[in-house]
Formats: sequence, structure tokens, C-alpha cells
Amino acid sequence: MTQITQDDVRRLAQLSAITLTNDEEIALQADISNILGYVDQLKELDTDGVEPTYQLSGLTNIFRDDEVDNGVDRETLLSLSADTHNNHIKVPKVL
Amino acid sequence: MTTIADYAGHTATENVKQAFEKAREHESYNALLFLTEARALERAAQVDAGEITGKLAGVPFVVKDNYLAFGAPTTAASKLLQDFNAPLQATAVEKLEAEGAICIGKANLDAFAHGGSTENSAYGPTKNAVDPTKVAGGSSGGSAVVTALDIVPFALGTDTGGSIRQPASFNGVVGYKPTYGMVSRYGVLAMASSTDTMGCFATTAIDAELVMSIMAGRDDNDMTSLPDYFEPATLDKKLKIGVIQELMTDDVDSEVLGAVRAKIQAFKDAGHDIESVSLPIVKHTLAMYYIIVPAEISSNLGRFDGVRYGKRSEQATTLSELYGMTRNDGFMLENERRILIGSYVLSSGYFDAYYQQAQKARTLLIQAFDKLFEQYDVLVSPTAPKPAFGFGENTKDPILMYLSDAMTVSGSLAGLPAISIPAGVGPISKLPIGIQLMAQRKDDALLLSFAKTVDEKSGDV
Repeated sequence: MTQITQDDVRRLAQLSAITLTNDEEIALQADISNILGYVDQLKELDTDGVEPTYQLSGLTNIFRDDEVDNGVDRETLLSLSADTHNNHIKVPKVL
Repeated sequence: MTTIADYAGHTATENVKQAFEKAREHESYNALLFLTEARALERAAQVDAGEITGKLAGVPFVVKDNYLAFGAPTTAASKLLQDFNAPLQATAVEKLEAEGAICIGKANLDAFAHGGSTENSAYGPTKNAVDPTKVAGGSSGGSAVVTALDIVPFALGTDTGGSIRQPASFNGVVGYKPTYGMVSRYGVLAMASSTDTMGCFATTAIDAELVMSIMAGRDDNDMTSLPDYFEPATLDKKLKIGVIQELMTDDVDSEVLGAVRAKIQAFKDAGHDIESVSLPIVKHTLAMYYIIVPAEISSNLGRFDGVRYGKRSEQATTLSELYGMTRNDGFMLENERRILIGSYVLSSGYFDAYYQQAQKARTLLIQAFDKLFEQYDVLVSPTAPKPAFGFGENTKDPILMYLSDAMTVSGSLAGLPAISIPAGVGPISKLPIGIQLMAQRKDDALLLSFAKTVDEKSGDV
């Protein structure tokens, strides 16, 4: 049975760029341990020499002509952002 | 319940106004997050003036609120996107509108389509159309309920692991999930890119086929869409049908087993050849699914950071706080649960044991299906192990909730076309029960041609 600690949850949250509260960390610690315990059953399966299936379409690289497509204009896209300045999207300081 | 044909002979404006009236009458079900009244009436007037014509001229429909569509926000039932007004429409919506169909609203779902009951919506759960004390199923619960309540004759959903088929069975309507790649996914919020499909709810298989024939086809905006292949057909032979014995055990609710067995007997009476088949690996598919899908979710939901769109956290003072707080405010706990599991199974040291192992197991599942489809045209199982459950019954334990997908995830992982059709109601529970039919990849026409003959409303069984 895979047990994960609250520190593990914190690390996963950091990797996932999600700020969790202490209560959420505790709830997720229990849930994630249970779910990992459930999916552990796959380790029983013998998959020696089996190729993984990452995608189903069977399609490989598809090319198109490199043409300019003015689908959605800049003003419309910028209007979706919470904060803009001079045709740029504004964010808080990085550090 | 009405069909698309029942909408002919009325003006588009009459149809649309009637749909809004019914939507208001059934507000307590919480199936619709938004009505697109102004735009719908405008388009109805255009249809009535003969400016827009087509196979669905003047027919109202609803889209799940993870399809980008004009006339209302696209929230995916999340707080993060509560004010997001889509700058473009999904290809599937554009294609239906080009045939004269009129979108009248956006349906409730589990936020970002993560869930099996529509209880994970930031805007409250949707109630079951047949028994409002039960859940709608999910994640496309709202779309199933608006179809079952006759607000519209069809509605769009998305199906990544059963999110169309399971709510269709819970509400007594038809739910169609096409072959992976048959319908463009452009303009629909991505969940798990290797299994996401776009499908529909309808009251008959005939209507589902009509809607799918319009939505199908390659799209330059979605390079994963398959070259055109789908042409509706008429069934001209008796089929060989396999009943998956591992999905017909005593773990399945007895009412469900009874209803499904009765339906299978009806297939037999109609002259089809029925055999019991074994698919042992099916018992591992839920475990595969809950590794592969969270992995893809953790990657696809990385884009929701509050920078380019979405509701930003107001407390953040640095960029990394902006990401972390926006995502915590904007996601539901189930979204976070899946993202964190995805981050876990993809992280170094665990990738081989979890993600890679699940993708190898998926190959074994596909090989097992391929072998069965050499002999059988259609495979049959219940759509869900039990009928609609009560609110809160499965929310405390995520694994219990995940088990309601046990019958549907295998078809998703293998990319198969699958349909849930009504198989009557439980004699004691009085709740709808669905039977799932699956076919080989790209055999959508065969599957629907069979469904048309056995769905009791459009067929003769």
C-alpha cells in the first residue's frame, strides 16, 4: 500500500502550482494514498515486451501550409485578461 | 419525449421560445447554467426569414458548458472561468449552427468535466430528470437532463471515460460517444487528450445519428481528427454480439442485470447471434484510467494560471502566488486531486511504475478488444453498475465515485465508439437503466445502424 506524507502532498502541490490550505493538504493526503493504493494493482500485470499506447489516432506528423490566419484579433484576446497595459498582459512582480 | 422531427412544422422562433419556457419551468433541476436568449432569438429570426437553412433549421439544442460558444460565458462549471466569454466557437457548434440548429443554453457539468455525478459543479449539483432526489450522473449531467426533460431534442456532451454514456443511462436517454478522433475537439476544453471525445444526447438513436453525422469529420483546427469516414447506414444483416461476462457479475445491481438481460433476450429474438465472451483485463481498466487520465489532466490544466484569461486571485503579490492562489480559488477539490495524482505518476522515479505501466496495460486491453472484434460485431454490457445514486452518497470516497465509470472506461481507453440506450426502469427503484453497446474503432455506422433497430423508440425491438 502506497502511503504518502503531507510533505509529499506539499511537493506535488508545488509541482502543480496550486497553493493548498492545511486542511486541503490533509484531505488530499488520505485521498491520494487511497487512490494510489487502488491503482497499485496494475503492478500485477505482466507487461514485459509490451509497447505502451500513448495515443490512439495512429496519425503521425501532419503538415499544413504556413499561412497567416487572422482568426481572433488582438483586442479580443487582450480583453480576456484581468490586467493589460499598452497591448501587453500585466502580471505581479516575479520575485 | 420528443424527437428532432417533432420540431418541423413550427417556426424557429416558436421552437426557441418554447425551449426557453420549458427551461424556466424546470429551473429547479439546475441543469442549465446560462440561457443564450438574445442570440438564439436573433438566429431564430434569421432561420424564419430563410437566411439560414439546413438539416436542423430551427431546432433548439444545448451544449455542455465546456464547449466554447457565443451568447454566454464558458465556465466549465468552475469559478476560474466564471466571466470567460469565448472569443471563438467550437467546430462542433459551428457545424450544427451551419445546419440551422440554434443553441439555447449551456449545461451544467462537474467542473472541468471531472466527476461522475455533476455534484462537483461550482454552481451546485444537477438533479436527475426522473427522480430529483438522485444525481444526474456525470460529468455531462446537465446535457442529459435537458434532453430527458424535453427542453431540447438533443444536447452536446463530452465523454472521456463515460461522461456521456453514464448520465444518459441515469436519465433514460440515448448517449453517443464516437470513435476517438471522429469529431473535432477544437474549441472544447481539453481534459485527457488521449481519450476526450465529443458526442451527444438524444431521445432516439436516429436523432443521435443525424447529429453525429453533422458533427463528424476532419478539421484543420484539430490535427488529431481522423479523415472523414462516417456515413450513416441501414442494418442489413444479423449481427454477432458478445456479452462481456466480467461486466455481468453479481457485483452489478440486480435490477441493472435484469434489465440488461431482458434487452439482450430481445436482441436474440430479433435474430441476432448472442454469445458470452470473456475480457479478463477489463478488471484493471479503472486503474489504468485513473493513472492515464490524471496525468493528461495535470498537463492540460496547466494553462489555467489566471494570466491570459480567467479570474485572478486578488491577494497575490508575486507571479508564483498568482498562479498558486488563482488555481486554488478556481479549481474544485476533485480538480486538485486529479492534478496532484497526475503530477505524482509523471514525476521522476514513478513514471515507469505508474504512467508507463498503465500505457502498456492499455496496449493489452486494445489487443484483447481487437481479438474479440475479429469474431463479434458488437460487445454489450450494462452502462453503469447501478442506477442513479443519492446526493452525497459517493462524494466522501473518490474511489466509490470512480467505480460508477467501471463499465465505460474500457471503451474510452481503446478509442471505441459506444452508445448507451435505455433498457427500461428498475421494477423497484423506478430508475432508468442503460445498456452499453460498443463496436470496433471506426465502426460507428454499424453501431448506430444496430442501435436504430433496438432502441425501443426508433426501432422495432
